[in-house]
Amino acid sequence: MRAVGIILAGGNSSRMKELTTKRAIAAEPIAGSYRSIDFALSNMSNSKVQRVAVLTQYNSRSLNEHMSSSKWWDFGRKQGGLFVFPPVLTQDNSWWYRGTADSIYQNIGWLKESHEPYVVIASGDGVYKLDYNKVLEYHIAKRADITIVCTKCREEDASRFGVIQLGEDGRITDFAEKPMISKADLISAGVYVVRRRLLIELIEKCAEENRWDFVNDILVRYKDLKKLYGYVMDSYWSNISTIESYYKTNMDFLDPDIRDFFFRQEPFIHTKVDDNPPSKYNPGSRVKNSLIAAGCIINGEVENSVLFRKVFVGTNCHIRNSIILNDVYIGDNTTIENCIVESRDTIRAGSYFRGEDGIRVVVEKNERYPI
Amino acid sequence: MRKEMIAMLLAGGQGSRLGVLTSNVAKPAVSFGGKYRIIDFPLSNCINSGVDTVGVLTQYRPLRLNTHIGIGIPWDLDRNFGGVTILPPYESTTDTDWYTGTANAIFQNIEYMEQYDPEYVLILSGDHIYKMDYEVMLDYHKANRADLTIAVMPVPRSEASRFGIVVTDDSRRVTFFQEKPKEPAGNLASMGIYIFSWKVLKNALITLKNQSNCDFGMHVLPYLLNAGKRLFAYEFNGYWKDVGTLGSYWEANMELIDLVPEFNLYEEYWKIFTQADVLPPCYLAESSTEERCIIGEGAEIYGTVRHSVIGPGVRIERGAVVDGSIVMRGSCIGENAYVEHSILAENVVVGKDTKIGVGEEAENSFNPKVYAFGLATIGENSVIPAGVTIGKNTAVIGKTVADDYPNGALASGGVIFRENADAAEEVDA
Repeated sequence: MRAVGIILAGGNSSRMKELTTKRAIAAEPIAGSYRSIDFALSNMSNSKVQRVAVLTQYNSRSLNEHMSSSKWWDFGRKQGGLFVFPPVLTQDNSWWYRGTADSIYQNIGWLKESHEPYVVIASGDGVYKLDYNKVLEYHIAKRADITIVCTKCREEDASRFGVIQLGEDGRITDFAEKPMISKADLISAGVYVVRRRLLIELIEKCAEENRWDFVNDILVRYKDLKKLYGYVMDSYWSNISTIESYYKTNMDFLDPDIRDFFFRQEPFIHTKVDDNPPSKYNPGSRVKNSLIAAGCIINGEVENSVLFRKVFVGTNCHIRNSIILNDVYIGDNTTIENCIVESRDTIRAGSYFRGEDGIRVVVEKNERYPI
Repeated sequence: MRKEMIAMLLAGGQGSRLGVLTSNVAKPAVSFGGKYRIIDFPLSNCINSGVDTVGVLTQYRPLRLNTHIGIGIPWDLDRNFGGVTILPPYESTTDTDWYTGTANAIFQNIEYMEQYDPEYVLILSGDHIYKMDYEVMLDYHKANRADLTIAVMPVPRSEASRFGIVVTDDSRRVTFFQEKPKEPAGNLASMGIYIFSWKVLKNALITLKNQSNCDFGMHVLPYLLNAGKRLFAYEFNGYWKDVGTLGSYWEANMELIDLVPEFNLYEEYWKIFTQADVLPPCYLAESSTEERCIIGEGAEIYGTVRHSVIGPGVRIERGAVVDGSIVMRGSCIGENAYVEHSILAENVVVGKDTKIGVGEEAENSFNPKVYAFGLATIGENSVIPAGVTIGKNTAVIGKTVADDYPNGALASGGVIFRENADAAEEVDA
């Protein structure tokens, strides 16, 4: 592909509550076996982008662990491949990334050294499947300056996203970032295509004016000056910046059509594979409408839930409408309902957790008794 | 640079006693335990024991094996120096030979081994399920100042004639060796795992180079024993399973579903690695029931699974029942089908309302030694049409249609070989 890729993965969201105390949003586990950045990385890889930079900042340890090798996404290359850029101290810079535009500005050298004429910018917290080549073709056909990938969304969600209005030819007539009230039903999916030289120019100008945010300081400010076009994506798209959307996104994978779209239709989503044995169902297990990842051992009841890798469910347990992250040990006679259980937790036998109104995040750091 | 010990893994065998399971693939590439292939066990043992140079000798139908091993990434055997190397038979200016025996195969790769200037060479075979620390065996070899150490384990006298039998003195030095004896002189069976001191091995291979079908058990061991070399037996008491027959293959799989299996794949220590596709978790639907089973990643279960080992990406439709069976990756069991005490290889499609593995037992008409144990065995990529019934001790391979089943049934003891019929017959010849 004639573009380099940038994945913005430095963000944090306070609305993810306890789930971001140990990881960046881009490293949030999704659908039993994946992390959210896998979707952007796989889209890049499947679209044959050869050089990809991942910009990290907030709590990047688990993200780095996940990307300890780039070979899982087929980026283990001599030419190009995967570049992970956290903020660095240099002679003339001692700032963290002050915003998305700044994170690109601080790595502008990488962008200048690239030869590809275009850049695809994606965020690390979107769950979707998209061929960026299609967006680039559209971008070129429209002679656009910047193309923004848009998706339909429910009205109440609009205040969380950039809201877009398109003219008949696809040109963006209005762009409002996280408005309080919005009638439009198109939102920005956080994926942009732009000519590399133009991006460098915009980012540098922005930095001169002490502006650091890509959306507010570039997209919104330039919306009338530059030709911004919207590419409408009509397949599944979800963003996981709140507990509710995180819960819903995971539960969406219980729908056979969504599983079919992501896992049975090419191209596939890649992730770091680990070496867990297949899941095991002992006497007493009763599993209904649930996703069970590798390495799980089930002795109790599981219903309408997503169990990540290496979860142990004791006898006479009842797990309902819950997401159990990886490597959780659940002692016997435990009931968990409407909860998200943080990874590596140990739940004592006989515990009871229930989200009464909304989803409860369970963080239990008990000592693990030997299994 | 040199390596202290390198491993040579014999993976060229066909495994004819696995019948249609090895029609298209070598035995080491046959699936095992809902995720693995048989060769994963010796390969994982190697890397877990610190042996990072492994030559894999292939001959029979190597494609699946080659694809599986690749450059060795899953086992961390992708190394700058050493790592895994596939060693097929090759052509040379003077003579061109297939691998005619186990020792002959190693002889033909002396050059490969010499690159690493090793002190010891570990010889392994790709058809056993076990976890073993070869480093401990090497320590034992060194402590004995041995020329050859043979891993052995006690077997029941009744089964001893299937193995190479080792007789030792009190210090565990081998005094006598019989290959598959009619009247075994002991009960210590060779596991086909040898550590040779390289110089001894090289000399023996060169001395015996004109021996036809040169084999370790038949020729090399007796030769070394006669030459007065120091041969020692290393007794192993862990889990070790020969999966050479359909019966033992089925049994070894079924042992994995015990509450705490003797061979435990869930331990953190001594992990077994494999080339795994990236797959989503398995999905168990509202209509599913599962009882004592193992289910691989990406499987979609709408029916009932009991006492079975289900591979990755398998789909079991609503109303279907799979009981006491092995279903390998990518297979699909149609609605209301019933599968009992059967082995279904990869990518088998079973039509709806079909019954497999039912009825009275009867001896197999084609090869009663292979297709026994009451198992119905379906080869890979087979298609079983809707509504037919397949009995016990049966074998099917190929895309079958309703006309292949007189009165809609394949009686117990029958076989159907379609399309790949030639390959299947070779197996049984």
